[in-house]
Amino acid sequence: MVIRILRNFFSRIFLDIFRKKKDFSLGFYGPPNAGKTSLANRVCKDWTGEEIGKVSKIPHETRGIQFKEKVEIDYKGKKLTLKLIDTPGIATKIDYEDFMKYGLGKKDSQNRAKEATQGVIDSIKWLDDVDAVVVVVDATQNPYSQVNITIVGNLLARKIPVLIVGNKIDLKKADIKRIEAAFPEYDVIGISARFGKNMEEFYESLFSLAKKV
Amino acid sequence: MVNKLTLSFMPYGEIQKMESAQRIKKILDIILAGKIVILQGKLEAAEETGLIQATMALVGRIKGFRGVEIAVINPESDQALMDKIKMGIAKVLAGNRYALTIVGPASVVKEIKRDPKKIELLLKS
Repeated sequence: MVIRILRNFFSRIFLDIFRKKKDFSLGFYGPPNAGKTSLANRVCKDWTGEEIGKVSKIPHETRGIQFKEKVEIDYKGKKLTLKLIDTPGIATKIDYEDFMKYGLGKKDSQNRAKEATQGVIDSIKWLDDVDAVVVVVDATQNPYSQVNITIVGNLLARKIPVLIVGNKIDLKKADIKRIEAAFPEYDVIGISARFGKNMEEFYESLFSLAKKV
Repeated sequence: MVNKLTLSFMPYGEIQKMESAQRIKKILDIILAGKIVILQGKLEAAEETGLIQATMALVGRIKGFRGVEIAVINPESDQALMDKIKMGIAKVLAGNRYALTIVGPASVVKEIKRDPKKIELLLKS
């Protein structure tokens, strides 16, 4: 009897340990130019020494899904292994003429727009394959954009755990309180992916997110 | 310059019995005709992303089509608990008719500014 209780106790503990150590797929979602790749790069650089993709001031720089397998996070004695999925920004409109304002030629702009539209389609498809999502929004912009609301609403409908990250808090116009007011039922944190500001809170929140998977 | 602006009101009953793909097609057909759709109610979460995917598939394939602007006004955010419960029951029985969804072609609508209390439709000029 005692042996059986002890055996059950230990097997439960071991099961728990392995369950928590299981890799999970973490998607980075959000509108274009919010800093998804900057944040994914920061995480990858911190724990693998390599970046995941290129960043640019021109919107829709990421036009294909980018992965980094086996990102092992070892933070304050806690461990987590992730498959990191960086997705193209989700938009409801893409105008190639907007890219020309950044100095791209017409042909390049049209190609970029074509790839970007496919990127949006792929990002949405990939919602089927993520275990948890970090929604990255630009903290200097109005958080009530329909793209943000659609992404978060979709994740809620799919019961996918969400962490909302307001990026660019190094900028004067950044307003985290406005994001918290827009998404009162979610964990919201402010960071600067570019300067690595508040990454400690990000990693703490990531471990909390992992517990919900 | 926008010479003519057409708002097409779509009562919820018009799409209630449709499959998701049909709903999306109906809305996109109106938008491709250069009109702004004012839909009584709200699309399902999966339909919203379906609309975005269908829109993206058309950008670059239809001349002058650059995508859409979407906004949903939901009256539920400021409600008291009892009203939320009543609204929840009504939604189950009759679908979500209380929201208002505005979808327009991006080439006509510059931006839909949205906050929980008001909506501003900025037109291209």
